Amino acid sequence: MGKIIVVTSGKGGVGKTTTSAAFATGLALRGHQTVVIDFDVGLRNLDLVMGCERRVVYDFVNVINGEGNLNQALIKDKRVENLFILPASQTRDKEALTVKGVARVLEALKKRFEYIICDSPAGIEHGAIIAMYFSDEALIVTNPEVSSVRDSDRIIGMLSSKTRRAVQNLTPVKEHLLITRYIQKRVNSGDMLSIQDVQEILAIPLLGVIPESPSVLKASNAGIPITLDKKSDAGLAYLDVIASFLGEEPPPREKKGFLTRFFGN
Amino acid sequence: MTIFNYFRTLRPQQKTAAVAKERLQIIVAHERRLRNSPTLEYLPQLQQEILEVVRKYVIIQNEHIKVHIEKEGQYEILELNITLPDTEKGQINIQKSSSDVT
Ligand SMILES: Nc1ncnc2c1ncn2[C@@H]1O[C@H](COP(=O)(O)OP(=O)(O)O)[C@@H](O)[C@H]1O
Ligand SMILES: [Mg+2]
Repeated sequence: MGKIIVVTSGKGGVGKTTTSAAFATGLALRGHQTVVIDFDVGLRNLDLVMGCERRVVYDFVNVINGEGNLNQALIKDKRVENLFILPASQTRDKEALTVKGVARVLEALKKRFEYIICDSPAGIEHGAIIAMYFSDEALIVTNPEVSSVRDSDRIIGMLSSKTRRAVQNLTPVKEHLLITRYIQKRVNSGDMLSIQDVQEILAIPLLGVIPESPSVLKASNAGIPITLDKKSDAGLAYLDVIASFLGEEPPPREKKGFLTRFFGN
Repeated sequence: MTIFNYFRTLRPQQKTAAVAKERLQIIVAHERRLRNSPTLEYLPQLQQEILEVVRKYVIIQNEHIKVHIEKEGQYEILELNITLPDTEKGQINIQKSSSDVT
């Protein structure tokens, strides 16, 4: 049975969609059957970041409403084996995602995929709650900046009260802190919160750190998940994140990369 | 003071990241307390209403009334602290104000 992982943050523009695309692609590169779902109904963007916007026929809401079946809606990635995208609807609102409907689709996906990555919309309302509701694990995407950290804390509170695991008194959702858009130089000069600062405030296990990188914008311009860019420092950092998520030591190449990336040459 | 010294003092002792961390720790702790005790949501309203009642008799400022909830095992203890002004002037003539009613 597949694992459901929500990529969430509260605040918008912190890197949830970038992370969802990168993380799903990275898992598929490692041979895992993976699907990434866009929960941002009305504001879909995952298709653009994944570069499959012109192949969308049916979407998540169509499947829930029975207007198309899952196989018709799932888009198979052309670059990476084992990778599928379930796009969001552009024309509906977030209320179209009902608990029952989403449960049915996720149940079907769990039988077929090892990892189901849910790209959450921003906010703390229905859209964000339904995206996290069925999750087994959560990547809490946080920028080293006051409003993002505060919103992440609110999201952490919701993960422990508003999810199915919380409501049904099951093992809590496993939380992973992912700090993105990190700029070591600014941390050194004292005007950006450090990794330790953010972790200390949020008090959840740190999965990894993604540096601020111009390559991210270039990759999204081209519709290429950043983990496919072998030269990108951010792409390599995401690969490290995936390795530690899978419980592996990052390869020595990455380790050196990590050190130089964060602590300077 | 030389120009050089002037700029030295302008540079804050505490870096902005340290200020951010301190502010976040305070607000996050506060919000977690509210979250973990749903009953606390009525607290601001309760505080306001108590303030209004007390003000019928005594002149006090908002900051003279403190409502505090503490958890002790299964129980929550509501602690109410009203600081009365120490001068006689703080007293309102109750006779007078109640005569308005009649
Ligand atoms: N590590 C990064 N370095 C530079 N830019 C980034 C990084 N991560 C995200 N971005 C940029 O930030 C913007 C918002 O990212 P996005 O993933 O859409 O956020 P969200 O889904 O949380 O709203 C995009 O323009 C994206 O290219
Ligand atoms: Mg997004």
